[in-house]
Order: sequence, then C-alpha cells, then structure tokens
Amino acid sequence: MIIARVVDNVVATRKHDSHAGQIILLVQPLDLKGQDMGDPIVAFDAVSAGIGDRVLVVQEGFSAMTSVGRKDSPIDASVIGVIDLVELS
Amino acid sequence: MYLGKVVGNVVCNIQNAALDGRTFLLVKRLPRGPVVVAVDAVGAGPGETVYVCRGKEASFPFLPAEVPTETTIVAIVDPVATK
Repeated sequence: MIIARVVDNVVATRKHDSHAGQIILLVQPLDLKGQDMGDPIVAFDAVSAGIGDRVLVVQEGFSAMTSVGRKDSPIDASVIGVIDLVELS
Repeated sequence: MYLGKVVGNVVCNIQNAALDGRTFLLVKRLPRGPVVVAVDAVGAGPGETVYVCRGKEASFPFLPAEVPTETTIVAIVDPVATK
C-alpha cells in the first residue's frame, strides 16, 4: 500500500462495463515528507474520499477488485482508506 | 492504473492465437512516463487520453478468452476531464 493525495476525478464515458457506476480518482503518490513522488495513478474509490484528502492506496489486483466489489474486473488500484495521521518514530 | 495518451499502434504478422483480432496501441504515460504497448479493450484511437490496467487483471476484459496481456486500455477519458 502507498500513501497518496487525491488530485482529481477521472470521467470516462466509454469504459469497460464493469467500471460503470464507480468513482474514479487521480491520486498522486507521496513520500514521507508529503512531497509528490513519481507519476499519478488512476484508482477506484472504495471509501468516498475527496479531492485533497491524504489516502491509502492498494496497487494489487485482488485487493483492488474486492474493495470495490467487482470480481474479475480490470482494476489494479483502489483507495481503501482516508489517512488521519502518520506518526514517524 | 494510470493515464496515458495513445501515440500509435503496432501490427504483428505472427502472434499468439489468443491475440488474433486484438488491437495493439502505443500508450505514453502521462505526464512524462515511458511508451508501452497495450491491448485495446474499448476501441481507443490515436490522440485520445485513456487509462490502462496493468498486471493479471489486464486480461480480465477478454474473459473467458485468456489473452496474454500485461497492459490493457480499459477506458477513454472524456475530453472535458482532460487537463
């Protein structure tokens, strides 16, 4: 799982049937200092996250599919948590 | 999954039988990533912004056929939503 920030919604009219009705987000991976790290990712939303939220993102197919209730769907990333606090020891 | 722009296509004369009839497109990851070859599942064309799925799940749009793909275009992003 990675920490990321939600930067935008993605709207696609023509898409795979199993993606219908899903909220699709563009998320920017972050490092531990909160700085942008690498290119943004397209992820489905399993927790009703909003733009600007710091979130937890899974990037593995089974976790992503089951979190949004879509089995055998081409999904490889989803937002599974909204982060309140990250504590570094 | 990630956003990309379709920048071309690839044609193979000899290929795995499960890939027959499939379209291969060149997709450049946005905003500054590399170009990869992806199988098209939605009828995308050159210049369109799309998002692709990677990994084992990339073959799911073609079930029950087992298509050997690791990157598949699964949606065309609407122009109004493209920055």
